[in-house]
Amino acid sequence: MNRREAISAVAWLMGGTLISADLLVSCTSRKLEVGDLFKQDQVALLNEVGDTILPATSTPGAKAANVGEFMAVMVQDCYAPEDQKIFLEGITKLNEASDKEFGKSFNQLTPEQRITLVRALDKEQQEHMLSKAEGAPNHYFRMMKELTLLGYFTSEVGATQALRYVAVPGRYDACIPYNKGDRAWAT
Amino acid sequence: MAENVYDAIVVGSGISGGWAAKELTEKGLKTIMLERGRNIEHVKDYVNATKAPWEFEHRGGRTQKMIENYPVLKRDYVLNERNLDYWVNEKESPYVEIKRFDWYRGYQVGGRSLTWGRQSYRLSDLDFEANAKDGIAVDWPIRYADIAPWYSHAERFAGISGSKENIPHLPDGEFLPPMEMNCVEKDVAARIKQHYNNNRHMIIGRVANLTAAHHDRTNCQYRNACWLGCPFGAYFSTQSATLPAAMATGNLTLRPFSIVTRVLYDKDTKKARGVEVLDAETNQTYEYLAKVVFLNASALNSTWVLMNSATDVWPEGLGSSSGELGHNLMDHHFRTGANGTVEGYEDKYYYGRRPNGIYIPRYRNLGDEKRDYIRGFGYQGSAGREGWSREIAEMNVGGEFKDALTEPGQWTMGINGFGETLPYHDNKISLDKNVKDKWGLPVLAIDAEIKENERKMRKDMSADAAEMLEAAGLKNVKTYDAGYGFGQGIHEMGTARMGRDPKSSVLNANNQIWDAPNVYITDGACMTSAGNQNPSLTYMALTARAVDHAVNELKRQNI
Repeated sequence: MNRREAISAVAWLMGGTLISADLLVSCTSRKLEVGDLFKQDQVALLNEVGDTILPATSTPGAKAANVGEFMAVMVQDCYAPEDQKIFLEGITKLNEASDKEFGKSFNQLTPEQRITLVRALDKEQQEHMLSKAEGAPNHYFRMMKELTLLGYFTSEVGATQALRYVAVPGRYDACIPYNKGDRAWAT
Repeated sequence: MAENVYDAIVVGSGISGGWAAKELTEKGLKTIMLERGRNIEHVKDYVNATKAPWEFEHRGGRTQKMIENYPVLKRDYVLNERNLDYWVNEKESPYVEIKRFDWYRGYQVGGRSLTWGRQSYRLSDLDFEANAKDGIAVDWPIRYADIAPWYSHAERFAGISGSKENIPHLPDGEFLPPMEMNCVEKDVAARIKQHYNNNRHMIIGRVANLTAAHHDRTNCQYRNACWLGCPFGAYFSTQSATLPAAMATGNLTLRPFSIVTRVLYDKDTKKARGVEVLDAETNQTYEYLAKVVFLNASALNSTWVLMNSATDVWPEGLGSSSGELGHNLMDHHFRTGANGTVEGYEDKYYYGRRPNGIYIPRYRNLGDEKRDYIRGFGYQGSAGREGWSREIAEMNVGGEFKDALTEPGQWTMGINGFGETLPYHDNKISLDKNVKDKWGLPVLAIDAEIKENERKMRKDMSADAAEMLEAAGLKNVKTYDAGYGFGQGIHEMGTARMGRDPKSSVLNANNQIWDAPNVYITDGACMTSAGNQNPSLTYMALTARAVDHAVNELKRQNI
């Protein structure tokens, strides 16, 4: 089992059931590869954070698209080292903020507490974006949010269920009626 | 040696090379097309063409490894996960930037015909007469009447969709049906027309995508994934159009992995005998002989071949007698314009992904107008509804936020100017013999910059864009200048210009090298001025015209 498959297996195990990330780690025997930035429990946590940003509604949430793994892959492969550091430290900061506000880690929060915390972090990142010097790094929560949106809406779940995806449109209709509630095109 | 003798040699297999091969073979010449890169077979080798967005591990983005390996491509959108295979390996093929120069190359069969933007516009006498009227550089040796029938010839085969507009300086062509503007674009076009008393036009882009079945090719399926290679053959490329036509004659041999290192010049006949080829895989050297040679290696590489063909007769390279070889490098400068939001139209949408936008042809310095710069610019752009990446105020996480993002957002529209760059003698390329590529060949050193005329023009390009969008009723209109690196337009032109006088130009009116008349250059290198229109259609027309000339001259035994 390679790393990506392992992460997928973890995500499948999660399956929406309440199971702590720590327990998951202890249940799996996978050894982290040299150079891997993320531990499995961090991937699981990112799925929970993502699912708080984009929860299941009438359509599946971000965890169903496994945005935790997507975030890990993107940060590991695409982020510059300084941004990787901010993101990884952000995972710690997120749990510290959770502990400070509610006296427990993010995974142990109720859904209401999670959304309260994530709203506060989103406010924090917006203020950071307004006040930061040009070229200064982004706030870690902005990174998580951007990757959640990208990972979800370009995933098969997001593109075909939350949005509408037509692989081969076959024609172009330049001006058609739009009714409130019609989903947007995925691409 | 006998098997290496042909009637004609074509160096390069991109847009102009493919056209040269098609025209030469259809006129009965046994032709070999030499391509420095690997083969890419139509459809079969478009390995990412039918992948869904989620099948790309990084959803089309760029990894740190890609950024490290592609120090030039990374400067713009062209570095991406989806079609990385269609761009040059920069480590194998370096060049020297005396000043920043963005050179986005495609070293494979089909060249950049696989990845081009497909916008296809004719030049007019406004362009062909410009140098003479302004007294700069040299006069084009041709006028619109010389090339007009060849534009028609090129359009009829390539398949260009567009609308007839009767705009004198953007001549109509032989068009397939135009694509349609969406509801917002139609209204913006009408308001611009009214506001500027019919002196400015916003038209649908003229594009080399088929809006109806054409010859053996299928019409566009509106996937807007052209630059992955089209499995329907619905846009013009070497693979979809010129290569199969040339192959069908039975007269074409295609040889990939063939780096043409020099043109073999015979000082007794004052003509080329053929070319020398370095096999990119085996490093073996071969000679290919022919009566006529077409250089279509892309503007800078065609000139590189000439420079590397130096002999004791021409120590600065074949075609260097005028002193202009390597000079007058041009591009189109762009990445400045404006965008804004559109009120209303919440009940309007569109279906399908149109691989084309709108075009606003040049309107500056026409007639009696005199800006503080010469020449002009056009705009490309489009209107559309925002998607999931938009910001939604006061609602930034959670279920309501998510559900709001599953619906389209407001309409926005943006336009981006494409400006003419003047031919400056000191914008130039030269051989740097101290730097070698993977095959031990000297590389190009590039030394070019935009100057005062372009910088002044850019101010109009952003300010005019905002004025027009505001006149059309858009809100929150903002100008932008995202900065421009020379070459970024991927419209390299000049370095072996056409002219009327061998003392001041490299090529004559038929694209023949003055110093070796059986060598023709019909890619961007030949351009005497740049116009502001996307140039590929002009290369197609000039190529077909030059082949016609070459074949007639061969019949008359003049070359």
